[in-house]
Amino acid sequence: MTSARPVHFTVNGAAATVAVEPRTTLADALRNELRLTGTHLGCEHGVCGACTVIVDGAAVRGCLMLAAQAEGCEVTTVEGLGSAAHLGALQLAFRKHHALQCGFCTAGILATAHALLTDEPQADEDRIREVISGNLCRCTGYLPIIAAIMEARIAYSDVQREAAQ
Amino acid sequence: MKLPPLDYICAATLSEAIAALAAHGGNAKVIAGGQSLMPMLAFRLAAPTVLVDIGRLPDLKTISISAEGIDFGALVTWRDIERDARLAQAHPLLAAAVAHVAHYQVRNRGTVGGSMAHADPAAEMPGIAVTCDAMLTIVGSNGCRIVCADEFITGGLSTVLEADEIVTSIHLPPWKKARRWAFEEFARRRGDFALAGVAAFYDIDAQGLAFDAHVGVIGVADRPARLPGVEALLNGRRIDADVILQAATAARDAVDPADDIHAEAAYRRDLLGVLLERALARAADIILPEAA
Repeated sequence: MTSARPVHFTVNGAAATVAVEPRTTLADALRNELRLTGTHLGCEHGVCGACTVIVDGAAVRGCLMLAAQAEGCEVTTVEGLGSAAHLGALQLAFRKHHALQCGFCTAGILATAHALLTDEPQADEDRIREVISGNLCRCTGYLPIIAAIMEARIAYSDVQREAAQ
Repeated sequence: MKLPPLDYICAATLSEAIAALAAHGGNAKVIAGGQSLMPMLAFRLAAPTVLVDIGRLPDLKTISISAEGIDFGALVTWRDIERDARLAQAHPLLAAAVAHVAHYQVRNRGTVGGSMAHADPAAEMPGIAVTCDAMLTIVGSNGCRIVCADEFITGGLSTVLEADEIVTSIHLPPWKKARRWAFEEFARRRGDFALAGVAAFYDIDAQGLAFDAHVGVIGVADRPARLPGVEALLNGRRIDADVILQAATAARDAVDPADDIHAEAAYRRDLLGVLLERALARAADIILPEAA
């Protein structure tokens, strides 16, 4: 049975069902079935990081996971990190620091950084550099990306402090 | 590079997974994290007609540490290892090696069982398993068998696994507290596959002499391997700069890497020598004189 079958998950807080062939990757399901085209596909074999999305709190390569493997999972894509009218903390910092040029890698980097800072709001520059090494950017030279992520840390620390109170 | 058409079965139990594998003969492949298999599928290097997902099996996700050693369920991820604070004490060599495995996103899904079953010649986990005499538990239609890591890997991306068999756990013998050890590898980018790597450890007797030396290498042959000649050279010796340089020379002579697009054979051989020098110097806590 290689024909389409339903997969149920939560995407950016809303329940979603897609009918996809088993070979469909999570990234393709998000883009083609749900039209969440903010997630980009670069290499499609797990090297470039452009397709990074967050599954149950962990950043993963959307091209290295089958949609079927996300059954019952909570998925967050770049569309879940803010909107044009209300940018998220990372998005604001990326704009301020010119942390993107062509923008192709940006969605993956934002998803990666969001997962990192949600988990480790005190991540230091070395840790940020190590984590972001899994995302290829051929425009910026990374320095503005690192500056933006470092600046956004404060917003994530505040979230954690509020949650603790 | 979309994946080839295939069927997908998400197994609820280990026996269900094995039955599914057996029913499809060699046409089924086990998937868990998928961090090695999915690129293989994208490139059509593997084209199974069925994937059997063991990612949701209970009981294969634990790390247990006892006097008998450390047992890793096959579904333990690199992130699980990184976050287990006990391992820095319980097996510092493994913890150091796993710090080099892949990038952040891949570390969240990649599993120790998958890494062993994939058997990439440059991968850290198979290297540590071979260096440390790990034992793998394998379950299939004919029951359970235990295979040492050295015999498990039979060549590049090749293992003794039968079509209906699954690696369920990996056992590492207990780590001695005073053991001297180091892991060194070189990759162009941290997280990429190593051009070469070395895992080394030895114990020290009352006279300060090394015994039970283990030296394993990755990325310089079709599979991870120990270097018995180098180990013999270390055993019974005080590990000083002279011994380290002799060991590095012996290591260069012992390996026969192939040329590939990443590095020429001569470069890899030389790199291995340098990495072994660094590893042994770090293990012995000495600083080698700068090369002239």
